[in-house]
Amino acid sequence: MKNQESEKLIYSVKDFNLWYGDTHALKDISLDIPHKQVTAIIGPSGCGKSTFIKTLNRMVELVPSVKMKGDINYKESNIFDSKSSVETLRTEVGMVFQKPNPFPKSIYDNIAYGPRIHGIKNKTILNEVVEKSLKGAALWDEVKDRLNENAFGLSGGQQQRLCIARALAVEPDVILMDEPTSALDPLSTAKVEDLIQELKKDYSIIIVTHNMQQAARISDKTAFFLNGEVVEFDATEKMYSNPNDKRTDDYISGKFG
Amino acid sequence: MKEKRIVINENKTNRRVAYNKIGRVLFFLSTAFGMIVLATLLIRIFTQGIGYLNWNFLTNYASRRPEDAGIKAAIAGTVWVMGITIPVSLILGVGTAIYLEEYAPRNRLTRFIELNISNLAGVPSVVFGLLGLTVFVRFFAMGRSILAGGLTMSLLILPIIVVAAKEAIRSIPQEQYEAAYAMGATKWQIIRTVVLPAATPGILTGAILSLSRAVGETASLLMIGAMAFIAYLPDSIYSSFTVLPIQIFNWAGRPQAAFQAVAAAGSIVLLVILILMNSLAIVIRNKYTKRY
Amino acid sequence: MQPTIRELIKEKKQARSSNSRIEKTMPKVFFLMAAFSILVTIGIVYTLLIETFYFFTQVSFVDFITGTEWYPFFGNDPSFGIWPLVSGTFTIAAIAMMVAVPLGLSSAVYLSEYASERNRKIIKPILEVLAGVPTVVYGLFALTFVTPLLQSFIPTLPIFNALSPGIVVGIMIIPQVASLSQEAMNAVPQAMRDGAFALGATRLEVALKIVIPGSLSGIISSLVLALSRAIGETMIVATAAGSTPNMGFNPTESIQTMTAYIVQVSMGDATFGSTIYYSIYAVGMLLFVFTLLMNIIANYFSRRFREVY
Repeated sequence: MKNQESEKLIYSVKDFNLWYGDTHALKDISLDIPHKQVTAIIGPSGCGKSTFIKTLNRMVELVPSVKMKGDINYKESNIFDSKSSVETLRTEVGMVFQKPNPFPKSIYDNIAYGPRIHGIKNKTILNEVVEKSLKGAALWDEVKDRLNENAFGLSGGQQQRLCIARALAVEPDVILMDEPTSALDPLSTAKVEDLIQELKKDYSIIIVTHNMQQAARISDKTAFFLNGEVVEFDATEKMYSNPNDKRTDDYISGKFG
Repeated sequence: MKEKRIVINENKTNRRVAYNKIGRVLFFLSTAFGMIVLATLLIRIFTQGIGYLNWNFLTNYASRRPEDAGIKAAIAGTVWVMGITIPVSLILGVGTAIYLEEYAPRNRLTRFIELNISNLAGVPSVVFGLLGLTVFVRFFAMGRSILAGGLTMSLLILPIIVVAAKEAIRSIPQEQYEAAYAMGATKWQIIRTVVLPAATPGILTGAILSLSRAVGETASLLMIGAMAFIAYLPDSIYSSFTVLPIQIFNWAGRPQAAFQAVAAAGSIVLLVILILMNSLAIVIRNKYTKRY
Repeated sequence: MQPTIRELIKEKKQARSSNSRIEKTMPKVFFLMAAFSILVTIGIVYTLLIETFYFFTQVSFVDFITGTEWYPFFGNDPSFGIWPLVSGTFTIAAIAMMVAVPLGLSSAVYLSEYASERNRKIIKPILEVLAGVPTVVYGLFALTFVTPLLQSFIPTLPIFNALSPGIVVGIMIIPQVASLSQEAMNAVPQAMRDGAFALGATRLEVALKIVIPGSLSGIISSLVLALSRAIGETMIVATAAGSTPNMGFNPTESIQTMTAYIVQVSMGDATFGSTIYYSIYAVGMLLFVFTLLMNIIANYFSRRFREVY
C-alpha cells in the first residue's frame, strides 16, 4: 500500500453528543482518528469510552433509549447518512468484544460466518478466507487440524483470537476493540497485543482499554475520556510523558480511576 | 408473652426442635404421597390391562367383543392428527415467539398479545372443543374430520409452544447477537443463523412436551366429534377418525369389567408413547445444553 | 489477480436487492402469526357469544341463572337452571382443592426448604410425570380403582359419585401447586432465611414464619391456577362422576359438572340448532368466564409477587 495514506483520516468526529434516556453520556466529542494506526481510548469506568467505540459502527443503536446528535464521518461520508446502510458500515468496520463471543459452531463456520451472510458460498473461496484469516490472527498453526471442532473447545485466549480472525474474514478497514484482553490471562494478553502490532500494517485499529500500560505499549495515539468528554487527544508518547491537562496527569499517574 | 429478661427455656427449645422434626416427616410424607399414587396408578393400570396387551390388540380394529378389540384405527388417527398439529402449531408458535422476542416494540399491543397468550393457556380444552366445533367443523365445513381435529389441537397447544420457544430464545446471550450484528448481519440473518440454531433444542424439547399433551388430549376431540367406532384407516385429512384416548374413554365407560381391562391395555400403550416422547425431550435437552 | 473478498461482497450486495425485501416482510409475517393468537381469542369469545345469544332467545336468562333444576332432556318440558351444574363443578373443585392444597403446599415446603439438591432433582421430575398422565387414564383409575377402594370404607357409595373423581382431580393438580409454589418459595431471598436461622429459628419456623408469608402472593397465584384447572377438568369427571345434575354439595352422590355436560351433549345426537345444542355454548360461556377470571386473579397475584423481589 502507498505510504502517504498513513496521514489520511479514517474517522472524523465533530461535536458528537449521545444520551441514554436522560443521561448525557457523550458530550461534544470531536476527534480525528488516523488511518492505519492504533488509537487507544482510555479513561475510568463510566467515562463513555465503550459507548463511543460502539457508536463508530452504530452498535450503540441497539440500546432502545439512545439519542444522538452530531456528525461522525467515516472516509468522507457521514455514517448516519440515510443513504449508507448499517450493514455495509459494519462490514467495513469489524469489532472485537470484551468477552470472547464465538458462535456455538465449528471453528471453520465461525470464520466463514461473515463471508457467508454476505452471500459468498463458493467452497474454494471460503477455504482460502478461513486459512488467511486464521493466519492473520496467528491462530492457524494451533487449530488447522481441528477446523471442524466446536469453537467452545478453545481456550479463552484462542477464542478471542478466533473472534479477531472472524472479524478479519470480511477484510474490514477498521477493527474496533472493546477491552479485548480484559477477560484474558497475561500470556494470552501478550499474544493479542503482538497481534495488534501486526494488524496495524493493514488495518486501522481503535482500542478501548482499561489498562494504561497496554495503551502505552501498543498505541500510536491516545484519547483520554472523562465523564463523557475528551480531555486530551495526542500522540501516545507525548501524552504519557508530558500531558497538557492536569486531569490526564492524575489519571495516568494513578491518582484516580 | 413478652419477657423482660432473656431466659432460655430449655423445655420450650426442645419442643421447637421436636416440632421441626415432625414437620420434616409430614412434609416428606406429603411429597411421597404423590409418588406413591403415581406408582399405584402405573401398577394398577399395568396389571389391569396386561392381559389384553398383545399383537392383535395393536393390529385389530375396535370390536364388540373385548378379546377382539384393538387400537389400529386409534393409533392411525393419532398419527394423522399429529401430522396436522405438529407443523401448524410449530410454525405459528415459533413465529409468534420470534415476533415477541425479536421484533415486538415494547408497547401496549405487545403486552396485550402476551397477556392474551397466557390467558389462552388457561382456557379449558372443552372450550377449545366448542371453538373447533363451531369454526372448523361447521363454519369452514370441514366436518368431523382429521383436519378439523388437528387444527383444534394446534390451537390448544399453541400457547404452550409459544412459551417454550420464547424461553429458548431468551436464553441466548446478548453477546451472540452483538457478534452477528458487528459482522454486518441483518435482523433476519441473525434470526436464521444465530437465534434459530441456538434455540432449536429448547424449542424441540418444549414442542415434544406440548405434543405429548396433545397425544393424551381427549375432551376437545370428543367435542368435534371424533368417533370411537372406526373400522378403517383414514385415507385423507377429510376422513373421520378416532384417537387413542377417545378409544380408551369409550371402553372405560362400558359396564363390563372386560372392556375396562381393554381400556387399561390402551392406557398402557398411551403411557408408553408418552414416556418415549418425554425421554426423547430429555435426551435432546441434555445433549444440546449449550455452554456459553 | 483474483478479486478480494471485499470486492466479492460488494458485487453480491448489488446483486441481492431481494435481501431488503425479505428484511421488510419477515417482521410483518411474524407479526401476523403473533396476532393470530388474538384472533383465536376473538374466535372463542365470538362463537360463545353468538350461540349463547341464540340459546337465550329460547330460554330465559333469568331462569338459566337462577334455576335449580337442570333437565335438558325432558322432552316437552325441559328446564335449564344452571345451578346443579355449577354446584357439581364446585363440589369436584372443592374436594380437589382439599386434596391438592395441603399435599401440594407440603411438597413445596419440603422441596424448597428441606430436600437436598439431589433429592429435589429426583423428586421434581417424578411429580412432573404425575402431571403428564393423560386425564382419560386418571378417569379410568378413578372409576376402576379409587371408587371400589372408597366403597370398601363407605359401602353405600354409588359407582358414580363426586368423591372419587374429586380426589383424583386433586391428585392431578398436586404437581402444579407444588412446583409453582416451590418456585415462589425459592424466590424468597436466602438472606431473609439466614437472618432467622442466625437467631436460632428451626427450619419449620423459618418455613412457616418467613418463607410462606414472604411468598404468599406467589402461592395464592398457584392455588388459583390449580382451582381453574380443577374447574375446567373434563375427562376424569365425565368418566367417574356420572351424569346426574344434582343440586347441593353431597360428595357421595352422582353429580354432573359443566364440562361433563358439554361432553355428554356433544357425544350424543343433539341436532344442530336445537335448544340442547345451544345450551352447551351457554354452559361453555360460563365456564370460560369462570376460568378467565381465575387466570386474571392468578396473573394479578403473580405480578405482585414478582414486583416484591
